[in-house]
Amino acid sequence: MFDSFVALLKRDLLLAMRRRSDIFTVLFFFIIVVSIFPLGISFEQAVLQKIAPGVVWVAALLASTLALERIFANDYADGTLEQMLLTPQPLWVLVFAKTLAHWLLTGLPLVLIAPLAGLQYHLSASTIGTMMLVLLIGTPILSMVGAIGAALTLGLRGGGILISLLVLPLYVPVLVYGSGAIEAAMQGDVSLQPYYLLLSAFLLLALVFTPWATAASLRISVE
Amino acid sequence: MWLEGRNGSGKTTLLRALCGLFLPDSGSIQWQGEDTKKVADIFYRRLLYLGHQNALKLDLNPVENLQTLSRLAGHIVSEEQVDGALTRLGLAGYEETPVRKMSQGQQRRVALSRLLISDAPLWILDEPFVALDIAAVELLQSILVKHVEQGGMVILTTHQPLPLAEEKMVRLSLDRYV
Repeated sequence: MFDSFVALLKRDLLLAMRRRSDIFTVLFFFIIVVSIFPLGISFEQAVLQKIAPGVVWVAALLASTLALERIFANDYADGTLEQMLLTPQPLWVLVFAKTLAHWLLTGLPLVLIAPLAGLQYHLSASTIGTMMLVLLIGTPILSMVGAIGAALTLGLRGGGILISLLVLPLYVPVLVYGSGAIEAAMQGDVSLQPYYLLLSAFLLLALVFTPWATAASLRISVE
Repeated sequence: MWLEGRNGSGKTTLLRALCGLFLPDSGSIQWQGEDTKKVADIFYRRLLYLGHQNALKLDLNPVENLQTLSRLAGHIVSEEQVDGALTRLGLAGYEETPVRKMSQGQQRRVALSRLLISDAPLWILDEPFVALDIAAVELLQSILVKHVEQGGMVILTTHQPLPLAEEKMVRLSLDRYV
């Protein structure tokens, strides 16, 4: 079971290494969205600091939905998904491997590039630290919840947009508490622990339920 | 078992239902007297399904493709085994070539190499002869015959004649059910 988990994870990372453009499009999308807000609104430090948490999180949400379609669509098109359904291990193990690979390739780069966005918005070092931490907890939730949407819309025409419509409303709690945490960090005198705890609770909930839900959706879609 | 029928008579659907990729409205599919859904882990360990699609990743080379697929199927194969299977199917020297750069027939050969490295007794093959040249057709026929003679089972759809003894083979035509 663990062996096939590793094999699938390795395969997905290897595939991404062969087609690096897929990783960079998501990353550049994030950077560009974050960068055009100051151009459209204002360069004033106070204004930028005020909108920073929301802008960073919304950009992260959009960037993450951008890549969702690819989680299963390619495997579906070339028949490897069928082969995954016909393996002795439970499907959620393989789903989890694919989602983890997706997060490593889209979520983790966002976390690592976030300080750049923080500098553009004049955020202090400690706020940037908080931002990276909440993104680190939050982006896996985005990948896991998004995987359900990707599995449900598999093989449909215009699936890409449909995923966004399905999944973005489900991202709202992560957005609210994620940007709330960054805002609280900027104020300085508010405890951040509740935000971390709530986001971690979402993460655990997603860890338990989404692989199972995604596996069920995949079975429906492939039929 | 040789499944026959006109285009659209439901051959592929029946094969997919046998594999559990398609849920039939009624009836059950059993493996050694047990419903395949209940003993899925045992059933899928014994099953090798090859559909219309080759299930190959175009950016990976044949060795990587075959190793991943067999690991997913629950058994680990050595590089020598994979090389041996590829050589047998006339793909020696292509081990490092991305599947994307191969022709249709060569890609099909890579997919068929799985038959040689798998130890599954039940093969379900959907049109395995498509895109193969004459030499490969003969080779695949001999692989199928050998598998059956060793006690394995093959369920396939094809329009090619099979050089198997009548008593070893069941022919089922779907035409009269349509």
